[in-house]
Amino acid sequence: MKRAIAAACLSGLVLMAAAAPWLAPNDPGRTFRGFLSAHPMPPRVIDDQGTWHAPFVYPLRLVSRLEQRYEEDRSVRLPVVLFAGGRLAGIADDTRGPWLPLGADAEGRDVLARLLFGGRTSLGVALFATLAALALGALAGGIAGYSGGAIDTAMMRLAEFVLVLPAVYVVLALRSALPLVLSSWEVFALMSLIFAAVGWPWVARAVRSTIAAERTRDYAASAVSLGAGHSRVLFVHLLPACRGVIGVQAILLLPSFILAEATLSYVGLGFSDTVPSWGSMLHQASNVNAIAEFPWTLAPAAAIFAVTLCANLLIENRDGGEFRD
Amino acid sequence: MLHYLARRLVAAAVLVAVVSSGALLLTRLAPGDFASELFGAGSSAEQVARARARYGLDQPLGRQYVSWMSRAVRLDFGDSLLYHRPVLALVGQRALNTSLLAIVALLFATAVGIPAGIVTGSRRRGVFPAAIRSASIILLSLPSLVMSLVLVLIAARTQWVPTGGMQTAGAWDAGVMAGLADLAIHLPLPALAIALPLAAMIERVQSQSVRETLAMPFAMSTLARGVPRHRLIWRDALRLALAPVASIYGFILGTLLSGSFVVEVVTAWPGLGRLMYDGLRARDLYLVAGCAAAGSLFIATGSLLSDVFLAWADPRLREGRRQPAAARG
Repeated sequence: MKRAIAAACLSGLVLMAAAAPWLAPNDPGRTFRGFLSAHPMPPRVIDDQGTWHAPFVYPLRLVSRLEQRYEEDRSVRLPVVLFAGGRLAGIADDTRGPWLPLGADAEGRDVLARLLFGGRTSLGVALFATLAALALGALAGGIAGYSGGAIDTAMMRLAEFVLVLPAVYVVLALRSALPLVLSSWEVFALMSLIFAAVGWPWVARAVRSTIAAERTRDYAASAVSLGAGHSRVLFVHLLPACRGVIGVQAILLLPSFILAEATLSYVGLGFSDTVPSWGSMLHQASNVNAIAEFPWTLAPAAAIFAVTLCANLLIENRDGGEFRD
Repeated sequence: MLHYLARRLVAAAVLVAVVSSGALLLTRLAPGDFASELFGAGSSAEQVARARARYGLDQPLGRQYVSWMSRAVRLDFGDSLLYHRPVLALVGQRALNTSLLAIVALLFATAVGIPAGIVTGSRRRGVFPAAIRSASIILLSLPSLVMSLVLVLIAARTQWVPTGGMQTAGAWDAGVMAGLADLAIHLPLPALAIALPLAAMIERVQSQSVRETLAMPFAMSTLARGVPRHRLIWRDALRLALAPVASIYGFILGTLLSGSFVVEVVTAWPGLGRLMYDGLRARDLYLVAGCAAAGSLFIATGSLLSDVFLAWADPRLREGRRQPAAARG
């Protein structure tokens, strides 16, 4: 039951990121000059007098430009309209400023829009890297477990060597050894590959132990006696037995890769500010005063928490290691 | 035992040598070098070439590597190009700061995680174990990056502890006690940011292990002999149940270093992670290699200690017998 809810939440988050252009009330790159660091504007149903209305928002009014303080103008109600202008929700009258459900960042950009579009980048990198790590790890683990002997030992030694290194440093060193200024697609591809290079040993280890056990079973022996070649036995007969462990590994890798993207972008080696991602948003928010004054710019941290929590609930009480950085 | 120790020491030396050489070569082979990063775009080729010659960066890769290696085995890691100081002194100071943070975090995480894991592992029902389990899964989902940002937010709002740094300028001038007190108020935030997710991780492993240990036949027979349940759990089962946690300590050290990197960056703790990052950005290859050597030494030492502890906790593993699969990595 708990697992079903977690799975539903996780897919919900992925779907929300995928549907970003329809869900975001504003364009993620658009800067609203008069609304730098504006606070969130939650939709309301009860007004000041306590009367109920259809969902509406109060527009913001600048109180102090220096301190970037705003207050809600309680005299006007701006009704929220659904399915207008190709977006799920918006406000009918935007002459009094935009609707910023989660506030604006220091450059006056819609945090919610950036969060949704950033989810596309962050989840995209993480999904791509997870697939690459699974493919690489399944191949390495499969070959090691199937062949045994010296190949097995050599490959597992390599895997253990990668595992013992602190992943963040390896990622950092690899990333900084490559050209620093790249287009966003190159950064995307490069990051995924670097993450895969660090993540594959987890998969390889899990797949290897399963394959090594399955190899000795009757169905494998009968496949061999029917004349199946090595690659057929491995890929058609043995690897399908690893579905379970590969699934668990995927759920473990996904949040750690999201975190890796956030870390790399946070220190300025990932996506630049023009590409919204959860890491680049946190990078922009990385200032103690800004964090204290405008906590809504930490929204990506909440998103990372949500994804990680769903993943952890999904694999709770399963073996395959609940420990992973 | 001596043979085993000697083998482990050789393996540790190989790890340090491979990692630091790897870091040096990677930085050397990366596009651009210290000289070109120093002057940036728009500098004349002649200017860059002169700086390159001054820092000895114009030598062929092989010769540069061999001369570095031959000095490194004598513990001379060269001078940092960025800071114009010996790498050893620079790294030593920063490694000390990181170790302080890491050890405090590890002790805290162990002190919280193990008892919590014993409680949740030995009691299936009840409000208290359920509360620990929920807290644990939430903390597990707050990795150090997120946790440190949350803690900085709390600290900035409440002003309970400083939001960053390791000491207030001039605190040590007022005497050792004042200096230590100053350190003690700077330490909790970064240490907690590392320790809380780690404590949750230890709790999970310990809980599983206690559950499995209590299901063993010896637990039943001990109870049958009339030993009280709490004594079985906290004395007899505890020692056996510690083995899995001890075996992940080698792995935890990697997590600890990874965690301390982000925390050092977020909270401006002057540690190894920040130094390595600066070195990487400036292409200061000697500094990077020195940091990598320190980090790998940290990990090698930790995994050695963890194996010694394992041998103490579980007599079946003593005397050069092969470790079970679960204990490796």
